[in-house]
Amino acid sequence: MTLLTRRAALAVGAGVTALAMMPSVLLAQDTAEEGLSAEEFINEFTGGAEVADGDGVKLTAPEIAENGNTVPISVDAPGASEILLLAMGNPTPGVARFSFGELSGSQSASTRIRLAETQDVVAIAKLADGNFVRTSANIKVTIGGCGG
Amino acid sequence: MADNVKPRVRVPKSASVDEVVVIKTLISHPMESGQRKDRDGNTIPRSIINRFTAEFNGTSVLDATLEPAISTNPYIEFSVKLPESGDFKFTWYDDDGSVYEDVQSIEVA
Repeated sequence: MTLLTRRAALAVGAGVTALAMMPSVLLAQDTAEEGLSAEEFINEFTGGAEVADGDGVKLTAPEIAENGNTVPISVDAPGASEILLLAMGNPTPGVARFSFGELSGSQSASTRIRLAETQDVVAIAKLADGNFVRTSANIKVTIGGCGG
Repeated sequence: MADNVKPRVRVPKSASVDEVVVIKTLISHPMESGQRKDRDGNTIPRSIINRFTAEFNGTSVLDATLEPAISTNPYIEFSVKLPESGDFKFTWYDDDGSVYEDVQSIEVA
């Protein structure tokens, strides 16, 4: 097989994947009222308090994720009591909420997440002093993980 | 209902007092997002692990709320600072009401 035909095959594959994802995108809109929006998630987490951009929370994620079905990410917010993770471009933006207990060693956690498409992932941490800080990372997704 | 759900946790056998130890947990679970459709176009109902907790001798280490955006076979890594020897208890809560548990001991000297 030549390189050219392999590329062509990949292109066709990507196209098919994109088509296959269409129904789930439509579905996401249908069921949007069931799940919370990103803003509702944030409001529920912060109780309406202001969220500052800046230091205090760190989000480690790959710049490019080849497979949106399993994207490794970690969050780290020294001294924080809770961290909220959101994927802004997913059909449902919620990802996870970590509450750190008394015995937590460092306020960090790693997991693997699904991303439907290229998008921003946002982490908001509740710091020890009760303030909220946020950070975000743009992740380019080659093959979406919305399960189409 | 998710079949063959099996928790796997990696905890070191021993640690020193107040050392920060990394715990890796994984549970085999499809984490059906509720977004997918089957061949006939029917939505496959959501079935995920929605909560994970880790406790050490009854004190909370981590309490995580998980959403459908967590990948199949949810993997969670976190750290803990141990004051004494004892038992970890890891608990996963399934959408269908099932609760999966794993207990691991660690020597702290």
